[in-house]
Amino acid sequence: MALEDLCGLQALGGSLRGSLRGLTPDLGPMGSPRDKRRGRYAGDVPLSSTASVLSFSVPVGRYLDRSPIDFGQMAPDSAPTPDASRWSAGGPGGPDSAPGAGPDPAPGVVPLPFPMAHGTTTLGFLFQGGVLAAADTRSSCSGLVACPASRKVVPLHRHLLALGSGTSADITLWRRILARELRLYQLRHGRRLTTGGAAKLLALMLHPFKGTELCVAATLCGWDGGGALYYVCSDGKRLQGELFSVGSGSPYAYSVLDEEVRWGLSAEQAVRAGREAVYRASRRDAYSGNCVDVFLVTARGWSRRPREDLGEEYYREEERLAEGLRRRREEKEGLRRRREEEVHSLPTKT
Amino acid sequence: MISAQSFGENGKMKDYHHTGPVEYRFSPYTFNGGTVLAVAGEDFAIVASDTRLSEGYSIHSRDSPKCYKLTDTTVIGCSGFHGDCLTLTKIIDARLKMYKHSNNKMMTSGAIAAMLSTILYGRRFFPYYVYNIIGGLDEHGKGAVYSFDPVGSYQRDTYKAGGSASAMLQPLLDNQIGFKNMTGVEHVPLSKDKAVQLVKDVFISAAERDVYTGDALQICLITKEGVKKEMITLRRD
Repeated sequence: MALEDLCGLQALGGSLRGSLRGLTPDLGPMGSPRDKRRGRYAGDVPLSSTASVLSFSVPVGRYLDRSPIDFGQMAPDSAPTPDASRWSAGGPGGPDSAPGAGPDPAPGVVPLPFPMAHGTTTLGFLFQGGVLAAADTRSSCSGLVACPASRKVVPLHRHLLALGSGTSADITLWRRILARELRLYQLRHGRRLTTGGAAKLLALMLHPFKGTELCVAATLCGWDGGGALYYVCSDGKRLQGELFSVGSGSPYAYSVLDEEVRWGLSAEQAVRAGREAVYRASRRDAYSGNCVDVFLVTARGWSRRPREDLGEEYYREEERLAEGLRRRREEKEGLRRRREEEVHSLPTKT
Repeated sequence: MISAQSFGENGKMKDYHHTGPVEYRFSPYTFNGGTVLAVAGEDFAIVASDTRLSEGYSIHSRDSPKCYKLTDTTVIGCSGFHGDCLTLTKIIDARLKMYKHSNNKMMTSGAIAAMLSTILYGRRFFPYYVYNIIGGLDEHGKGAVYSFDPVGSYQRDTYKAGGSASAMLQPLLDNQIGFKNMTGVEHVPLSKDKAVQLVKDVFISAAERDVYTGDALQICLITKEGVKKEMITLRRD
C-alpha cells in the first residue's frame, strides 16, 4: 500500500481491487492455509497471514508480468518459476548489466532516453560520542551537476538520520515512505522502531522491486539506547556495522576513515575526520563535491554543523602547502648560510 | 510521425551514425526540444520558455509555449517530450480541481511541487519524459522555484534552467544571479526589471547557440497581482 498510496502506482497495473483480489483474501486473525499456497513469489510481497498492521502490499507482481513495455528490468523469462540465481550479481541494473543475456535484450525492454541523477559520497561511523554522518552535496546527472546543493543527510525523526545514495528520486520518495511507516508504527504500537527495525522495514519494502532499475543505498544512523548504524541497499543487502561509506567517492573516504576513526574519538575529532574524508573524496571523485554536511546523533537527538563549501578549502590547502614549502626552503637556506659563515670564519691555514 | 530510436549491437541506444549493425525500434519517447527557465525574486517569480517545437531536424511549430498557468500564484514550465507535457499538465489541472473542491482552497506552490513529485514517481518504471520547473509565490509571498527531474526528485531553488539549453544557461545564471565565481562583487538582490532583462538576454544567447531554442520567448511574471505574460521574438533560424 505504501507506494501505491503515495504515488497512485495502481495506474500501472490495472485496478487495485482486481490485482489484490488474488493476493489479499479476507482474513481473520488466523490466516487460512489457502494463503500460503496462493502467495506467489514472482515479485509479490508475501503476505503476513494475520491482517496485521504491518501488512503492506505493493501490486508489483502483476505489473512485472503484464506491462507491455518493461523499463530497465531484467528479461522476464518464459520460465514461470522464479529463481534467485537467475538475476545477475550486479544488483539493480538495466539491460546492460546482464552480459549473459545475449546480444539482444528481451523484446520490450527499452532503455530510458535520459540519465538519472547519481554519484555521491556519504559516510557514517560509530564512536563513543554517538554516530557521525557526513555527506557531500553534489547531485550529478551523466556529466552535468544537476544540483550543487542537494541534501543527502535527512532526519527521519529526532534520533534517526537517513543518508541517501543512488538515484535522487528513489531516495527522496523511499525516505518519505519510510518516515511515514515509522511514524505509523510509533502511533500504532506506542514505541519507536529501533534503527535495525527501521532498516529491516526498508529492506522488506524494497524487496518487491529487486531486479528493477530502482537504486537505493541508504545508511541509517540512529540512537536507540546506543548508537546504531545500518546499511540497506535495494539489491537486498541489509548490514549492521560501525563504519560505512557509500557512493562513488567511498574508496577515498574509506582510506581516510580507516586511518582516523577509533572508538575513543571526541566529538570534535570525529567531525574533523568525517569532514576530511568527504573533502578528500570530493577532490578525487568527479561526482562528489560542492559542500559538506556533517550531522551528529547522540542520546539527545541529532544536531548538525553548518554546511561548509569545500571549493575554497582546496585553495586554502594549496596555500598551506606552499607556505610549508616556503618555510622549509628558508630554513634550509638559513642553515646553508650559517655553515658557509662558519667555514669562512675558520682561521686559514698556511 | 513515428518516433524510433536506433540501437547498436549490444542493445545500447545510439544517436549518431556509425558503421555497424543498427536496429531501429519503436520508441514511445521523442525529444521535442525547448528550454525553460525560472527565477525567484523577493516578491516575484519569473517563468520563461521559448516557443519552438521541434523533432529531429524539423520544426513542428513556432508557437508552442511551454509555460502553463496552474493557479494565480503558480506557473509550470515543461520541456522534453511534448506528449508527456500535455498529459502531465492535464493531470495536474485535474488534481488541482480535486484539491480545490475537497479542501475549499487553492493549492500553494509548495504543495503543487510535492504533489508533482509523487505524480512523477508513480510512473517510476515508465517515466514522463518531462523536465519540469515550477515558479510561483509561496505562502509568505516570496518567490519560489522548484525544479524536478523526470522521475520526481525535486528541490527548491532561487533560479533554474531546464531543457535543451539548460547546460548553457545554468552556469550563466549561477554567475549573474548567484554571484558564483566572482570576487569583490556586491551581492545586490535582483529587482523585477533587472530580472526580466536578464531572462531576455539569456534566452537570446541560448537561441544563438542551441538549435532547439528560438522563434519566440514567452515570459510569465508572477506577482501578488497575478500572472502577466509577455512575448518577445527570438531568432527564427
